[in-house]
Amino acid sequence: MRRNRHTLLWNLAFVLVLVGIGFFIYKSSLKINYSWNWRAVPSYLVYKAQQEIDSPVQGIVKGFKNGKVVIETIKGNIVAFKVEHPTLKKGAVVDAGDEIGYNTSYKAGPLLMGLYMTIKVSVVSIIMALVIGLITGLMRISDNPLFKNLSTVYIEIIRGTPLLVQIFIVYFFIGTLFNMTRFIAGAFALAVFEGAYIAEIIRAGIQSIPRGQTEASLALGMNYFQIMRYIIIPQAFKRVLPALAGQFISLIKDSSLLSVISITELTKAGREVVASTFSPFEVWFTVAALYFVVTYSLSLLDRYLERRLAGDE
Amino acid sequence: MSDNGDYIIVAENVNKTYPNGVKALRDVSLKVKKGEVVVIIGASGSGKTTFLRTINQLETVDAGKIIVEGVDVTDPKTNLTKIRADIGMVFQHFNVFPHLTVLENVMLAQILVRKRKKEEARQIAMEFLTKVGIADKKDEYPTNLSGGQKQRVAIARALAMHPKIMLFDEATSALDPEMVGGILDIMKQLAREGKTMVVVTHEMGFAREAADRIVYMDSGKIIEMGTPEEIFNNPKTDRLKQFLSQIL
Ligand SMILES: Nc1ncnc2c1ncn2[C@@H]1O[C@H](COP(=O)(O)OP(=O)(O)OP(=O)(O)O)[C@@H](O)[C@H]1O
Ligand SMILES: [Mg+2]
Repeated sequence: MRRNRHTLLWNLAFVLVLVGIGFFIYKSSLKINYSWNWRAVPSYLVYKAQQEIDSPVQGIVKGFKNGKVVIETIKGNIVAFKVEHPTLKKGAVVDAGDEIGYNTSYKAGPLLMGLYMTIKVSVVSIIMALVIGLITGLMRISDNPLFKNLSTVYIEIIRGTPLLVQIFIVYFFIGTLFNMTRFIAGAFALAVFEGAYIAEIIRAGIQSIPRGQTEASLALGMNYFQIMRYIIIPQAFKRVLPALAGQFISLIKDSSLLSVISITELTKAGREVVASTFSPFEVWFTVAALYFVVTYSLSLLDRYLERRLAGDE
Repeated sequence: MSDNGDYIIVAENVNKTYPNGVKALRDVSLKVKKGEVVVIIGASGSGKTTFLRTINQLETVDAGKIIVEGVDVTDPKTNLTKIRADIGMVFQHFNVFPHLTVLENVMLAQILVRKRKKEEARQIAMEFLTKVGIADKKDEYPTNLSGGQKQRVAIARALAMHPKIMLFDEATSALDPEMVGGILDIMKQLAREGKTMVVVTHEMGFAREAADRIVYMDSGKIIEMGTPEEIFNNPKTDRLKQFLSQIL
């Protein structure tokens, strides 16, 4: 009972601290005469687009019915066009090509488009990174010096150089050499980078599986690939799931660097919006929140999977 | 090799030194007949496990030869997966697959190695799970089983491959005392059914009762070999006498 009250108090303190930080940010912005304009922000996510409707025929507007504009053509035919917001009055004369009104529809704003690109490039990249990581992870623990050394060199070089430089190299050198699109080059550069870390995660995971598992499988007559596929990797995967999820989250965040090769992902979209609106605070907070929604969803998914897989441990 | 026709396992002058320099096997030679039950005894570190593991080549040899069912398993060109499928092995620490249910544990290698259809594999799995007395646990994961139950799964998993030979490496050493009897009973029954078995154990009662032949090893060598009667009642070497006096 007493304990409960204490937790409640501390949780209250937690909320107060958060509010305090928010208030501090707000106060600080006042000091530099920043004028907040949150109202514009939603339109960077979703906005209502107007689409002008032109009359394809010449005639006279006879009236409006069921959201349609009814026009009698000069030949005497009656035709109707779907127009949500007519701009003409009854009896107006229209030429072919004259505007008769407009329709509205919701369109993704630049930030949402950027988010979509971030997710798209991340998903493609994660798949490539997993493949690269799995192969080089297996090479790392192989007895064959060729495989072992190749993978070691790859991992060391990737881990010892900045991602930004790697992106430039992949984009300008490898990308040009193999005529890659911007998107593929970007996704590939990220995958090559994260793949090195995933390889180490996978290597550690595989090596954490007791030797007896392999021996029992060998004794049953299974071959290397069967043992990896059915015995070792499924067990290792479960163990490295949290580390893998962490790496995927890093990858999503690192994808912001792809803005340097003009992939319009979330960060680049944010920069473009800031350039045209002069609302850097709102935009960058929004961009951060969008990243967070994605990464946090991923860590929730990871927790869910861990709990589900825990059943047979 | 014609004089080896009756033998299902023929080991000739097997030598093995581990990379750390330990000489685990010195000129070990042993022939096992079809249907024979050979029990290997000896002090800790005498090379029993190492020898057992050379039979299915979980351990390579430095010199000597091992012929199993007429196939030289020590020849680098031999396809080991094929011969290993014919040699069941039961480990001290069970080595059941923790991510698979009991039934899946027993089915997997049947499907992957024996290329059996799922339904057939399931039937065979159930047959052997019933035989070792844990058919009712078929849908459990190993983590919910006791050591004795895990070892039963491991035995069923090996038997379901219909192996010609069964190797047991201290199958009861990691078990709680009350579980030992049940596993030994299963092994005795297999012996009575005429399975060819090579058994490393510290259970002298089992050796006396089930062995056709007992092999005594010390420091990587076979020191004495004979029927249970000869080994227990008439040990010839001082080393065996001393070993028996310590253990009995
Ligand atoms: N993988 C290994 N690497 C190095 N030395 C080993 C290895 N396995 C066993 N040895 C050594 O080889 C010798 C024989 O070991 P082995 O396990 O075959 O004996 P054992 O008779 O089975 O003993 P125990 O009754 O304790 O199981 C021992 O000295 C042991 O320390
Ligand atoms: Mg041993």
